[in-house]
Amino acid sequence: MTFINYASREINCKIVYYGPGLCGKTTNLQYIFDSTAPQSKGKLISLATETDRTLFFDFMPLELGTVRGFKTRFHLYTVPGQVFYDASRKLILKGVDGVVFVADSQEERMDANIESLYNLEENLQSQGYNLLNIPYVLQLNKRDLPNVVPIPDLAAELQRKGEPVIEAVAATGVGVFDTLKAVAKQVLTELRKS
Amino acid sequence: MADTPIVMREQQYHQIKAVLAKLRLDSSARIAFLVDKDGQQIAVHGDVNTLDTTSLASLAAGNVAATTGMAQLIGEKEFPTLSHEGERESIHISVIGRVLLVVVFDERSSLGLIKLRVKQASVELASIFEEVIRESSKKETAEASLFAEITDEDIDSLFN
Repeated sequence: MTFINYASREINCKIVYYGPGLCGKTTNLQYIFDSTAPQSKGKLISLATETDRTLFFDFMPLELGTVRGFKTRFHLYTVPGQVFYDASRKLILKGVDGVVFVADSQEERMDANIESLYNLEENLQSQGYNLLNIPYVLQLNKRDLPNVVPIPDLAAELQRKGEPVIEAVAATGVGVFDTLKAVAKQVLTELRKS
Repeated sequence: MADTPIVMREQQYHQIKAVLAKLRLDSSARIAFLVDKDGQQIAVHGDVNTLDTTSLASLAAGNVAATTGMAQLIGEKEFPTLSHEGERESIHISVIGRVLLVVVFDERSSLGLIKLRVKQASVELASIFEEVIRESSKKETAEASLFAEITDEDIDSLFN
């Protein structure tokens, strides 16, 4: 939920990166963290298992600049992708302003993408949101791998409402900021409407 | 559709800061900190020079969210207070409606004193925050029109 503080002249928004296990959610955040000037970011917090899988969430605050005299701060979160962490995923969606679904483009991960997207729709509903009405971007990640599904096929299967579809290779940063920009823009446009 | 934004005015912010300042003084705490349940920092008072308050806010909210989830699994609505005691520093978190009051304290205070003072401050904070929520839901405010004037160029300029 967007939080507007008139005393500190700040707008705070929450963006959640969702998707199946090992699709690259944390890699997106890590790339944003590594490529942002120190004054624009806070710490990257990773609550991860000993094998570096996300256990609860990753979090980083990012300051984008000023709109109408208000600092815009985006709180970026990832969810744990592994199926059995569903209770945690639900919690992280609370108060969300925008969602990025990171799909793994590899052929063998198609079913995992579909399952995770279905899970996102269900978990949003349980928090009182509807995927069709919230700021949302579909990122097709890992486009550099040899066994990827063609874009039109992925879009046909995963696109829900004409949302922006962005090709990415999160490990090298391709598409990472385009994705963030696409979702942040929708969040701020939503704020204008409200 | 995402939730209606919460809008906090300057006067409410200063009221909250005053309650936190009094709480900190009365309880001999290091820091008194108000966070919304989604992890957004609202106001903080105390010795925060070296503390990453943004991360603390996010982790406190995650902590409460996780324990609330556990509470519901065993048939409770939530656990209204959480305490974490360390060797030197401790944290007490209490749930006040949709906000969390986080108090960081050391050996100069005690859990009993913190609990007592937090209880008193909670009543005042609950009332201020009710007003914040009530006013945030009013659509026709001067503040609302400020954001209605945000242009596509304003938004694009953030990414240049």
